[in-house]
Amino acid sequence: MGKSLYEKVWEAHEVRRLKNGMSQLFIDLHLLHEVTSPQAFGMLKDLGLKVRYPHRTFATVDHIVPTHDRTEPFQDPLAQGMLEALRKNTREHGITFFDLGSGHQGIVHIVGPQEGLTQPGMTIACGDSHTSTHGAFGAIAFGIGTTQVRDVLATQTLAAQRLKVRRINVEGQLGPGVYAKDVILHIIRHLGVKGGLGYAYEYGGSTVEAMDMESRMTLCNMSIEGGARVGYVNPDETTFRYLEGRPYVPKGVEWEEAKRRWLAFRSDPDATYDDVVTFRAEEIAPTVTWGVNPGQAIPIDGRIPLLEELPEEERAQAEDALAYMGLKPGQPIKGVPIQVAFIGSCTNARLSDLREVARYLKGHKVKKGVRALVVPGSEWIAKKAEEEGIAEVFREAGFEWRNPGCSMCLAMNPDRLEGDELAASSSNRNYKGRMGSPRGRTVLMSPVMVAAAAVAGEIADAREVFGIGR
Amino acid sequence: MLERITTIRGRAVPLRGKDIDTDRILPARFMKALTFEGLGQYLFYDERFDERGNPKPHPLNDPRYQGATILLVESGFGSGSSREHAPQAIKRAGFRALIGESFAEIFFGNATAIGLPCVALAPEDLGVLFQMVEENPELEVEIDLVQKEVRFGGRVAPLSIREEAREALVEGLWDPIGELLQAGELLDEFDRKLPYPRRAE
Repeated sequence: MGKSLYEKVWEAHEVRRLKNGMSQLFIDLHLLHEVTSPQAFGMLKDLGLKVRYPHRTFATVDHIVPTHDRTEPFQDPLAQGMLEALRKNTREHGITFFDLGSGHQGIVHIVGPQEGLTQPGMTIACGDSHTSTHGAFGAIAFGIGTTQVRDVLATQTLAAQRLKVRRINVEGQLGPGVYAKDVILHIIRHLGVKGGLGYAYEYGGSTVEAMDMESRMTLCNMSIEGGARVGYVNPDETTFRYLEGRPYVPKGVEWEEAKRRWLAFRSDPDATYDDVVTFRAEEIAPTVTWGVNPGQAIPIDGRIPLLEELPEEERAQAEDALAYMGLKPGQPIKGVPIQVAFIGSCTNARLSDLREVARYLKGHKVKKGVRALVVPGSEWIAKKAEEEGIAEVFREAGFEWRNPGCSMCLAMNPDRLEGDELAASSSNRNYKGRMGSPRGRTVLMSPVMVAAAAVAGEIADAREVFGIGR
Repeated sequence: MLERITTIRGRAVPLRGKDIDTDRILPARFMKALTFEGLGQYLFYDERFDERGNPKPHPLNDPRYQGATILLVESGFGSGSSREHAPQAIKRAGFRALIGESFAEIFFGNATAIGLPCVALAPEDLGVLFQMVEENPELEVEIDLVQKEVRFGGRVAPLSIREEAREALVEGLWDPIGELLQAGELLDEFDRKLPYPRRAE
């Protein structure tokens, strides 16, 4: 009987069974950032332990980086302290650190693939839930807590629980102006934010096979918003084309060998799954959220559901979400005024995202009164965007072009919403207070849709604003 | 040797709401610290306090529930980010266990690894427990991880928890570091066998 990629990778990395029945799983690649690692290094020190295999750990700084002025010391001493702690910890333990100004710094889930650290068939862990992003390469990648960061530093292993696998097929061709972000919001809308509990999501089907790597990363990135700790796509020629020539990817004879090894991890044609669901690409429209979790979403031309249209157990939650958002049941989402537009985050701050937006934004202006920010995902992306003239398109349109980091997505740096401002955002979470103001409101959408909202001054259909598909 | 966590007895705080995410449990701005110390005071901060820092009506601010050691929640609790800061804040605010309908995976793993059991009840039993605690905040609740049941007000409700996690708690193996380290040379074997990112010269 055939096996899925998940099963093959798991079996190749299971060191042994623990007394309680969990598995000790070897982690090929460990990624660190400044927020969830200092306590782990502290625990390591308390236990008198060292980092066992420092060549398998890489670090960068992303969450607390000011995007406007990165002159050190930062204005926020706590942020500066976190950066310095990471510098000190990586230096003391011999861990590679992509520091500010190195040309390699950026959001950890953007830097991994960009440097070629992320490779098929790997197990990858990081103290950040969006580690699922790396699954786009056919890796089993997942977020861990700080105590587990300590475990990986000390042993390169984790006590882990095997998941079930749900195959999610997306078939057909996406319409003009419809992106991977819309696909994942559509999936979460239908399977629910708890739908993935206990599952790894394997994405496939003709739509996913046709996606470039950056789109696949967006898809896998938000698996966690669907409740699935892991999401992945089987490696193929698209994966290899992306990886070839990147700094940490094998070269020459080793490259050919690596490709053979990677292909062997692909799910067998007769692999069995614990569940299979299929979506049609033609049924997916540009999708936006109306509530306070990523499953509370609708097509841009739809209206917010009436409470009685929702399953009974979701009504109280929807009522509470609408009260927070200042929206009404049955109201169209299109036309709701915005105060802030944010393009960035590990979901959608890649070069392809910025290129795609620039293509349409050129010649348009951000509506007066809208604060529009674009925060590239890494120093490398920022540089490329300058070279290609993309940064200039954003500036001319009235966007603030910022330095790379996580920025407003969770607002651990100075970028944040004020009061009850409403933001059109390309990030991944619309939770209450997520963007730094306890009353701030977030509407999730694709980067092109954020640009359309910035231009219109309200939530808008990018296909209309930019004449996409005509 | 770690504590064997077998039974937790105490009063409970009923916290209504489905899919409560970790941003609500511990807002991101309180994560700017190098240790977990003092996190208890920021638990559910934005729901408990207004923008001037004045308390708002919230079960955790309710004097009737002060001193409770069990947090009663609904379904999908702890969704969102991997921040261990969330269960750390719950533990440091004095809680010793959670009872709910379901928990997000990373949250569950983080909580278990710091010795904070998250047990699930069937929706009907959970509904009764919520109601009884809201009517009588003095109600004594007992979580028994050995018998796999929750006892309250003369009732007995079967609890569910992933068996591996239950065993880890009951056997005092909830922090796995000791056992992971025992793999010793087996780890070196895996390190030699499995490729890692290698920058070419």
